[in-house]
Amino acid sequence: MLKTASRRGFLGSALAGLGAAALSGCDRLVQSGPTDRILRGTEHLTMNAQRALQARGTLAAEFSESDLSPVFRANGTHLPASDEYARLMDGKFADWRLRVDGLVQKPLSLSLDDLMRLPSRTQITRHDCVEGWSAIAKWRGVQLGRVLDAAGLSSGARYVVFHCADELEQSLDGSGRYYESIDLLDAWHPQTILAYAMNDRRLPVEHGAPLRLRVERQLGYKQAKYLMRLEVVSSFDRLWGGNGGYWEDRGYEWYAGI
Amino acid sequence: MDTSASEPIAERQIRVQRHGVAVRLTHWLNALCLMMLLASGLQIFNAHPRLYVGKFGADHETPIIEITSEGSKDTIRGKARLGGLSVDTTGFLGASKEDGVVVARAFPSWLTLPSYHDLGAGRRLHFTFAWLLVINGLLYMAHGFWSEHFRRDLLPTKDQVSRRHLWQEIKDHARLRFARGEEARRYNALQKMTYLIVAFVLLPLMVASGLAMSPAIDAAFPVLPELLGGRATARTLHFLTAFSLVAFVVVHLVMVAVSGVWNNLRSMITGRYAIAVDGGAQC
Repeated sequence: MLKTASRRGFLGSALAGLGAAALSGCDRLVQSGPTDRILRGTEHLTMNAQRALQARGTLAAEFSESDLSPVFRANGTHLPASDEYARLMDGKFADWRLRVDGLVQKPLSLSLDDLMRLPSRTQITRHDCVEGWSAIAKWRGVQLGRVLDAAGLSSGARYVVFHCADELEQSLDGSGRYYESIDLLDAWHPQTILAYAMNDRRLPVEHGAPLRLRVERQLGYKQAKYLMRLEVVSSFDRLWGGNGGYWEDRGYEWYAGI
Repeated sequence: MDTSASEPIAERQIRVQRHGVAVRLTHWLNALCLMMLLASGLQIFNAHPRLYVGKFGADHETPIIEITSEGSKDTIRGKARLGGLSVDTTGFLGASKEDGVVVARAFPSWLTLPSYHDLGAGRRLHFTFAWLLVINGLLYMAHGFWSEHFRRDLLPTKDQVSRRHLWQEIKDHARLRFARGEEARRYNALQKMTYLIVAFVLLPLMVASGLAMSPAIDAAFPVLPELLGGRATARTLHFLTAFSLVAFVVVHLVMVAVSGVWNNLRSMITGRYAIAVDGGAQC
């Protein structure tokens, strides 16, 4: 009897100790190198699995006018703080140019009118924020693939990087500047557009005027606003944190399909 | 051994094989996954602690469930609201201590992983254990059908589903009276039905509603969010199903505790389960 009781006592306290250690150790475990590598491996597994399930051109669901969100929540920057942006906004973005450079055969500098003259695509899609909320809006813009076709890719091109006008975090070295990136598979997806209109009006400032990205099969933080420059690269190692985006440098997944 | 009717019936314990090795392994892996998924899931939920119904839902829409934080610093109050019912939950939901200071956060730090606010880390953990849960679940399903574990051990038998028998089981459960002898060799009907609901309804619904929140999965299978009433509804279902599973685990642990904690634990570790049988019946 005594033996059983002490064994139970030991097991009980061992379990309690294990529980306490688990609680205090969890944060440390999450932060450890090997854990981090496993967790990042999951991202590749998820991306490969999701892309295997999608045919290349599978479209995100498109909705009808009656499905539009009455109010579309503006997230991130509502108004870029730079003097340059203020000047462009005052001029109704007439002086704004989208630079397209990097690994391209013909670097471009496009005005809003240049973009609007290209064939447009209109889509009513759902925007899913990483936080959990979602909203539906109508977007019109030019397919990114058309712009890239006009520039022509050079060898080694793998990603398109979107440089934005807004700084989400004030910094001296510019590391708080918003940027994003997608690979060429998403770049030529029919619904990947550079949108200049939202709900049949010019793109509002809080939603990224004059131009924002829509990459419909990924989460909201990929939908870069206030586009200034598209850079075609072979890797984003040398860009800021080296993870391919503002939020990616702060721990979010680069592949945001889930 | 010969026993005559006049002698008192001696009771003795025998050990029977209760759980096969596949069930034991998948059970504990499942338990680990659910724990990690709950803690990381609450971290993710904290980023937007409002649940809606429909194709979309954001701050402008009225949530059916929400956790709010009002005021700041010393006067911060937390509230949980379900439809028209609002409860002050300061100290637990909406406002709780983090490093000794009361801060605005939906679920408290001792329930989330990481304990501090880190949506990116919470998501990575969540998806890693989600993969593990799904693989483990598929192995469990394959084994359960192939070995006939489901048919043999989880499908209630004809005699168990009579109204009279079920009523008797409900009364027995309420009095915490558990099966003995030969009857203890199998699960009772309420137990079987509960396990079937967890394995074939709640856990698959958990995975389906989780996947319905993925924009890439929704593009590949548009019917998935539609079947669940839209993406915002799927998110709400994900949360409600999670708490149905929490409720199951609480009842499960209570039943384990009151029906012989060491015997149950041993049977889920070594597979051996002790049952009491009449000595006379064994000769």
